[in-house]
Amino acid sequence: MTGRWGRILHVDLSSGEYRFEEIDPDICRFWIGGKGLAGYYLFPEITRSWNDPDMPLVFMTGPLTGTLVPASSRICVMSKSPLTGAVGDCSVGGSLGWQIKKSGIDGIVVTGRSTRLCGIEISDGNVSVEDASRLAGAGTDELYSRLKEKGSVACTGPAAEHGVLFSSIMVDGTFAAGRGGLGLVSASKNLKYITVRGTGNVSVHDKERLRSASEDIRRLVAATPAITGEHGLQNCGTAALYDLISCRRMMPTANFRRTFFRPASFMNSHAFSNAYKSKKYGCNACHIRCKRIGEDGTHLPEYETMSHFSALIENDDLQAVAAANTICNKTGMDTISAGATLACFSEIAGEKLTPDRITGLLLDIAAGRGEGCELGQGSFRFAESKGCSFLSMSVKGMELPGYDPRGAYGMALGYVTSTRGACHLRAYPISHEILRKPVATDRFSFAGKARIVKIAEDMNAVIDSLTACKFFFFGCSLEEYASAYSAVTGTETSAQDLLAAGERTYFRDRIMNARCGFTSEDDDLPPRFFCEAGSSGDCIEVSPLNREEFLETRSKYYRIRGLDQNGCPLPGKAEELGLDGLL
Amino acid sequence: MKRLLEKYSAKMVSAGLAETGYPLLGGLDAELEWNREDPAIPVLERVFSGLSINSLLFSFPAEPYRSIIDFLASGDVNFIQPEDSETRTFMHDLPVIRDFRSDMIIEKLRKRKSVIVKGKGIITWGTVSPEQAFIFYSSVCFACFVKFFSDYLRDSRKGEVSVEQERVFRIAQKNLEQYTDKPPLLMSGPYRNREDVYRAVAEAGRLTVEHRLVDSFFGNVSLRWGDTLFISQTTSSLDELEGCIDPCPMNGSACTSITASSEFSAHMGILRHTGMNAILHGHPKFSVIMSMDCRRENCASRGSCHIRCPEERFVRDVPIVPGEVGTGPFGLCNTLPSAMEGSRGVIVWGHGLFTVSLDDFNGAFRNLLSIERMCREEYFRFLD
Repeated sequence: MTGRWGRILHVDLSSGEYRFEEIDPDICRFWIGGKGLAGYYLFPEITRSWNDPDMPLVFMTGPLTGTLVPASSRICVMSKSPLTGAVGDCSVGGSLGWQIKKSGIDGIVVTGRSTRLCGIEISDGNVSVEDASRLAGAGTDELYSRLKEKGSVACTGPAAEHGVLFSSIMVDGTFAAGRGGLGLVSASKNLKYITVRGTGNVSVHDKERLRSASEDIRRLVAATPAITGEHGLQNCGTAALYDLISCRRMMPTANFRRTFFRPASFMNSHAFSNAYKSKKYGCNACHIRCKRIGEDGTHLPEYETMSHFSALIENDDLQAVAAANTICNKTGMDTISAGATLACFSEIAGEKLTPDRITGLLLDIAAGRGEGCELGQGSFRFAESKGCSFLSMSVKGMELPGYDPRGAYGMALGYVTSTRGACHLRAYPISHEILRKPVATDRFSFAGKARIVKIAEDMNAVIDSLTACKFFFFGCSLEEYASAYSAVTGTETSAQDLLAAGERTYFRDRIMNARCGFTSEDDDLPPRFFCEAGSSGDCIEVSPLNREEFLETRSKYYRIRGLDQNGCPLPGKAEELGLDGLL
Repeated sequence: MKRLLEKYSAKMVSAGLAETGYPLLGGLDAELEWNREDPAIPVLERVFSGLSINSLLFSFPAEPYRSIIDFLASGDVNFIQPEDSETRTFMHDLPVIRDFRSDMIIEKLRKRKSVIVKGKGIITWGTVSPEQAFIFYSSVCFACFVKFFSDYLRDSRKGEVSVEQERVFRIAQKNLEQYTDKPPLLMSGPYRNREDVYRAVAEAGRLTVEHRLVDSFFGNVSLRWGDTLFISQTTSSLDELEGCIDPCPMNGSACTSITASSEFSAHMGILRHTGMNAILHGHPKFSVIMSMDCRRENCASRGSCHIRCPEERFVRDVPIVPGEVGTGPFGLCNTLPSAMEGSRGVIVWGHGLFTVSLDDFNGAFRNLLSIERMCREEYFRFLD
């Protein structure tokens, strides 16, 4: 096989033993890699509890990882989410995917539970499980500093050790596998870190064709203002979205009670750039480099974090936003869930959060002390314990990110159909509803959105299987990546073939969730969005969502996806996708 | 969905891309809808079943595109390979099949955005909106037009024009659009308020489309007013710019340009280099054709003229510069702005024409029209 080693590392932390599995090439082709292949290992165990020692924690690279295909060296991290009880997977950047691939393996499956806090160290196929007891309580920044000589570092912070349900796994100190609490799965195994270093070369079937495909990708990226424009991701990072979402009047404000935050114009990318004199950095094999770091070493927040630690909690202190981001990164917490949980707390308690209170509460959550104990369970459990679960702005228990669904109806549908809870990245309707890519759609209409969301979910599932960066698809299409895939693997494929693999992968996620008891009741938005208007103004009317239209569109989605009206997978569709053995 | 299908069917006719009654558009959400009845629908329904798409367009193109595409697709051709920027960047190549069969159509559309069925028409698709299918269809027509006239000029010089090529050329020539002798009068500047600026930008875009100086309704328009650049949004249709104009602070203090035209950086560069305030960019066909006409067949840069043409080239007084769409290392934002200094317009190789004027779009529009007219005259003068 070219593009893949066909080798998976299995580490059993209960015994401390490991083995290499030579994987059937047909399985690799069927599931592509990344998310698709990671799910292959999660599927048989999905009905176990997330903290069952046999629950796997999977790190999976893609077939393009380690090659010169632009922005294709991310990695999929997958397990069962402690926050939602559903499938939990994250695509994460940095150099972890690159180093794993270079070390001669395609992925790592971790099972078992160590008797002591431990770390896994991998260097070009040499594997060891090390005692990490001395690192208990260490922050992710400290761990990265201490371990980076050993290659790429994936680790958890103190939040995971204290049972925070939205604990993250941090890669190389700053790239987060943030959503769904995968850090807590790692902590349940007493796994504090993984380091990987590799020096091997990934083989490529047709180098000339790969060069040509990569050129096509770069050309399209260069032609896309949202990526390479003066105010695109390349020059401003994801913070570039802050102004846009604000002026479209869809910035979640005050726990989604409003959709416009007046101080936003003073807290944008420009303001952060001036305040921190930032420069850019990014993932391996990516020339966009969308991350930002200040001259004092402060890692600047992404759009979602900026939005939630400012508008959502009504904080107009720029430094407090940066401080909150730093605390979450160091302690290992998902910034979206953390921000949204504070917003929920603020509304229920009727308390306006000051900058000191924001940072104090975050530190309490990470340390598992005082009010932080309850808040560390996420907004849904917190609100439920206060008898007002309707004030948790979440789907399947996972908090909504920084796009108000009343300002983008495709996003409203995408939040509920997302298999991991309220996630903007599964269907990413912001691409066409706001960024006008590939073309603009009417953001205040459900018309046509059921199929658009379904196709986009399939596409993003395959992008996560290729472990490519979704941002590149503002400009590129699967057409160019199919060519790159064919060049690397020697398996002739088309954009539609890849989409079919994406559909298969997404449908399998639905099967896993159905086996965990999820139904249409879980595919719903909080009532606020159907009965309260957003902040209209500037000739933009932000009305409540029409419940009937929403349900009708969800019903259409179910039909298109091959689900029954309860949201459960239909056998006929499973058979059509070659998944009949899984139902 | 039905409304969108009818909208883009009408646009194809108004743009001269198809004749009334020919465009067939299907849109699929939970149910499949068509803009009209047609015997081709059963085949196209099977195409829908074989692809993960939400819209499909099939039409016989209007003249001169019909004859041109039939000619380019004749013989054993499996794909057409135009060299214009649109094809190079977005379409890659244009597959051709012999029979109107769902399996053959699916096979090609699995990999590409369009397929030409010999003697039958063009099929394109969208995954988000019928607008994508419309854009791809328009791009095929534009690219084939440019390729045909470029090839004819080259073959004519060599004395290698075939009888069939000559016949098609005559048809195409007869069907060329007539340019107006009197350019329209646009809103005069300087403008008093933002509302006037928005109206002026929208008007310039609409007239550019009405005079068929763009393909796919694309191109871009901007106007600097005070400290703000008002610019058309990316993928906006120039005849529908109302609500699709981004106000971008010149000092970069807001990121609203993230949805602005892909040529935002080039527009900013032009403003800095020329001191002008109004910029128009269209894709007039003969400007594009003439930009690609080069007699240096043995040039070392042949094949990469669009990014590294080593010559200083002109059509009469109008410079031609290399450059790709956007901001990459070979982006036209690196070559265009300086060339615009002291010029009434600049043509970007294989791509389109940029023109400028001081306070309103009158001068820029006149230049767009006159340069395109001049390029067409030059084309036929070269033939003579």
